[in-house]
Amino acid sequence: MSETAHLDHSEKKAFLVNSSSLKEVRNFCREVFEKLQIQQELKDELVLAIAEAAQNIVKHAFKNSADVNELMVVEISCENNKLQIAFYDRGTPVDPKKVKHREIDNVKPGGLGTFFIQEIMDAVEFKDGNKPWINHLVLTKQL
Amino acid sequence: MTYKIEENGNSRIIHLTGEIDMDVADKARQSILPLIEAGHEVHLNLSKVEYMDSSGISVLIESKKLSEKKNTKFELVEVSKPVEKVLAMARKFL
Repeated sequence: MSETAHLDHSEKKAFLVNSSSLKEVRNFCREVFEKLQIQQELKDELVLAIAEAAQNIVKHAFKNSADVNELMVVEISCENNKLQIAFYDRGTPVDPKKVKHREIDNVKPGGLGTFFIQEIMDAVEFKDGNKPWINHLVLTKQL
Repeated sequence: MTYKIEENGNSRIIHLTGEIDMDVADKARQSILPLIEAGHEVHLNLSKVEYMDSSGISVLIESKKLSEKKNTKFELVEVSKPVEKVLAMARKFL
């Protein structure tokens, strides 16, 4: 936990659901974390966790989608030193029970992104997506 | 992401630069795997990689597995701080 008091602040941005948006997602996060004065090491970890979650939306929630204009929204909020990152998308509904990293004795790399998210964040929660959204993922971390 | 390949006998030193994510993982893969497939020793220099995610780690794992299959060498020769951090986290998992 950080001893610095971070500003209360909230920002959100929509991105096209495709792999070339992932760099834009990272840049958006870096800009917001700069405003929140989050130290570099933690900032790098948070950017990785957010980028992995966005990658999961591109890879899994829209696996069978031909619509290249679909959007995902990333919302970063900080209140009382608690950071919350929310993702909204309209892809295939996620079954939270199936979202887990793979068993440790399986040497395939799949699931590593989910492991990174769980390592970095305090909590990972799938909430009901209010219309027009289908999936609503919330990552939280106490700063 | 960009890459540069140096030749030294049967060895190939690949220098990757920039950010390695899902969007460029295939490009990274195509810069490494054919050299291993051809039986070269591959030394990967990641000192100028500013960001790597699980897609990049997947490329490293595939490269290592292929080198074992082809009975040749694949190693990391220099690693930037951000990559070292992701590798350390991945080692807990792999």
